[in-house]
Amino acid sequence: MDGQALSQTLYRSLYRIRRTEEEIARVYPSDKVKSPVHLSIGQEAVSVAVCEALRKDDSIFGTYRSHAMYLAKGGGLKPMIAELYGKATGCCKGKGGSMHLMDVAAHVMGSSAVVGTTIPHAVGFAYANKYKRNDSIVAVFLGDGATEEGVFAESINFAVLKKVPLLFVVENNGYAIHTHQSLRQGVSNICAISNAFGVPSERIDDNDILKIYSRTLELSAEIRDKKTGPRLIECMTYRWKEHVGPNEDYDLGYRSKDEARTWFEQDQVPRLAGLVDQNWRKSMELEVEAEIRDAFQFAESSPFPTEEELLTDVFHAA
Amino acid sequence: MSSMQLKTDRILSYVDAIRESVHQEMDRDPSVILFGLDVDDPKAIQGSTKGLLAAFGPDRVFGTPLSEDAMTGTAIGMALAGLRPVHVHIRMDFLLLAMNQLINLAAKYRYMSGGQVKIPLVVRSIIGKSWGQGAQHSQGLYSFFMHVPGLRVAAPSTPYDAKGTLAWAIRDDNPVIMTEHRLLYYQNGLVPEISYTVPPGKARVTNVGTDVTLVGISYMHVECHRAMQYLQSKGVNVEIIDPIWLSPLDVDTITASVRKTGRLCVVDNGWTTCGAGAEIITAVLERIQGERDVRVHRMGFAPVTCPTTPALENHFYPNARTIASAVYDLVNGKPQHWMPDENPELATYQFKGPF
Repeated sequence: MDGQALSQTLYRSLYRIRRTEEEIARVYPSDKVKSPVHLSIGQEAVSVAVCEALRKDDSIFGTYRSHAMYLAKGGGLKPMIAELYGKATGCCKGKGGSMHLMDVAAHVMGSSAVVGTTIPHAVGFAYANKYKRNDSIVAVFLGDGATEEGVFAESINFAVLKKVPLLFVVENNGYAIHTHQSLRQGVSNICAISNAFGVPSERIDDNDILKIYSRTLELSAEIRDKKTGPRLIECMTYRWKEHVGPNEDYDLGYRSKDEARTWFEQDQVPRLAGLVDQNWRKSMELEVEAEIRDAFQFAESSPFPTEEELLTDVFHAA
Repeated sequence: MSSMQLKTDRILSYVDAIRESVHQEMDRDPSVILFGLDVDDPKAIQGSTKGLLAAFGPDRVFGTPLSEDAMTGTAIGMALAGLRPVHVHIRMDFLLLAMNQLINLAAKYRYMSGGQVKIPLVVRSIIGKSWGQGAQHSQGLYSFFMHVPGLRVAAPSTPYDAKGTLAWAIRDDNPVIMTEHRLLYYQNGLVPEISYTVPPGKARVTNVGTDVTLVGISYMHVECHRAMQYLQSKGVNVEIIDPIWLSPLDVDTITASVRKTGRLCVVDNGWTTCGAGAEIITAVLERIQGERDVRVHRMGFAPVTCPTTPALENHFYPNARTIASAVYDLVNGKPQHWMPDENPELATYQFKGPF
C-alpha cells in the first residue's frame, strides 16, 4: 500500500471508531444503551493499526474494552450499536452487550469481562490453526492489568512451548481501573517478562499508528511465514474517558489532566487527518457520519428480543 | 425406562472401556485431540490414555504444563476453531483451578455470542478414594457443574456406560464434564467392541424392585448393589437406579420408580448439602407431591474434610452396610437399629450387567 492509500485506510477506520464512540457517549445519558460501556477513545490507534496489518482470515480476541477492536477488524457497526441497545438485531442478539462483542464472520472471536480470560482462547485457536496447517494467525488484545493474571503467564508459556502463530498485543494504558501500573507491579516491565518466557517483545511508546502498523505487519509476517512462534508488542496508550461510562474522570484525583495532555497532543486522529487528501477526507467523513446515523437509527427501530429468546442458545442442538 | 443396551459377551474393565472409547473417537474424527497433565507419561493417567500417543502422535496427544486455568482456556480456543479437545485431569479436585474458564467461559460462550459459536469440549476428571487420598484427592464436585446452565455432566458407573457416555461427550457440540471414579477403574462389565453412545437424559434401572428406590451416583451405585444383597436378608425389595447423566437429569425415570415405591434414598458421592441428592429429591417431589406420600433420605460424605487415615476415612463415606441400615429405617418409617454384619464375599462383588 502506498503512503496515501495507507493513511486513508487508517484514517477512515480511526475516524469511524472515534465518531461512533463519541455518539455512544452522547446518547448514553438517555439510557438507550442497555449495557455498561468501556470506551476506547484515545486508544483506538492500537486496534486500527493492528487489525489493518492483519489479514481478513486472521482471528482476534479482546477485552471488555473492545469497541475499537471489533470495528477495526470489520465487525458490523449496525449489529454493534443494536447490541449495545439490547436489540434482537445485535451481533449477539442482545445476550452479550458491549463487554462481549463478537462477530464470527469478521473473525472477531470473543471479548470478555473477566480480565485476561481470552488470552488462552487465542492460544488454543492459534494451536488449531497450526494443527490444521492453514496460515492464519491470531492476535490477542490484552491490557497491562491482564499481564498480572496467572493465566497470562500460563498462556505465554504454552504458546511458546508449542510455537503457535500468535501475536500478543498489550494495550498499556497505565491503569487498571484507577490504579497505576507502578502501584501494581514490582517491576513495571511487561516486555522483560515476555522475553523471559522466550517470546521476543518490543514496546512502542508514543501511540504512533504508523509505527504500530508497520511493526505489526513485520511481526505477523515472521509469525505467519517464518513460523517463529508467538511475538509480543506492547503499545503505550491512554484512555481519555473514565474506566466505565461516557464521562471524564480527572476530578477523581488518581490521575491528572496534565498527564493526559501529552496524550491529547499525540492524538492520531488529527495527525492522520492532516496526512490525507482533503477532498477525499471531506467525502469520507460525510459518508461515515451517515453510516453512524443509520446505525443508531437501526438500533432504535429494531425490536427487543422476544421472551422465547431467553431460553435459546444455551446448548447447540445436534 | 432403561436405555437400550447392545448385546455382547465381551468383558472389559472400566479403564479399558474409557481408553477404547477415546481411541475409537480419535480414529473416526481427526479433530479430536487429547491433552492434560501426564496423559503421555508412562503411567498414562492410570492406564486410561495408554497407547494413544503411539497411535495418534504428539500433535493430538500431549502432556501439558501445570497450567489448568490456561489449558482449559486453550481447549475452549481449540473448540472455537473447530477441534474437539478432551482435557484430562487425574483428580477432580484440580478442576477448581479451572473453574473460571469452565463456568465463566465454556458454559457461557454460546449464549453470550447469541448462538454464533459452539464449544465441543470434554473435561475428563477422576474422583479418588482410599489409599490415603485425603482432603484434596477425593472430592466429587459434580454438583458445582450441575448448577450452571450450558454444561452437561456425566458420572457413569459401569464400563458399558463409561464407554458410551464418553463417546457421546466427544461427539457433543457442548461442554461436557465427565466424572470418573478411581475405584470403578477395575470394575469389569459387558462392553461391545463396536462404537456406540449413551446419550444424555436417560437413567438406567439396574434392579427392579417394589419397596424403595435407591439412586446411587458414580461409585455409590456399586455400593447400592452391595446394600441390596444385605437388604435381601430382611426381605426388602430394592429398585436401584443409576442416573448416568447428572445434567440433564432423567427425573422421569426416577419419579416413575418413586411413584411405585413411595420411598427414595439418594446415595451421593459428595456432600449432601446443595448436592446432587438434594436436586434429585426436590425434582421428584415437585412432580408427585400431593399425589403420593413419599419418604426421602439423603446419604453422602460426612460433613467434614476427607481424612487421610483409613480409621476415619472408613466412617467418612457411605458403604453397603450403612446404606442397608438407612434404607431399612426408611422402609420401616422409624429407626430399627439394624446394621448387617460384614459379608466379606460382597467386597469383591462387581455389578456387570446386563441391565
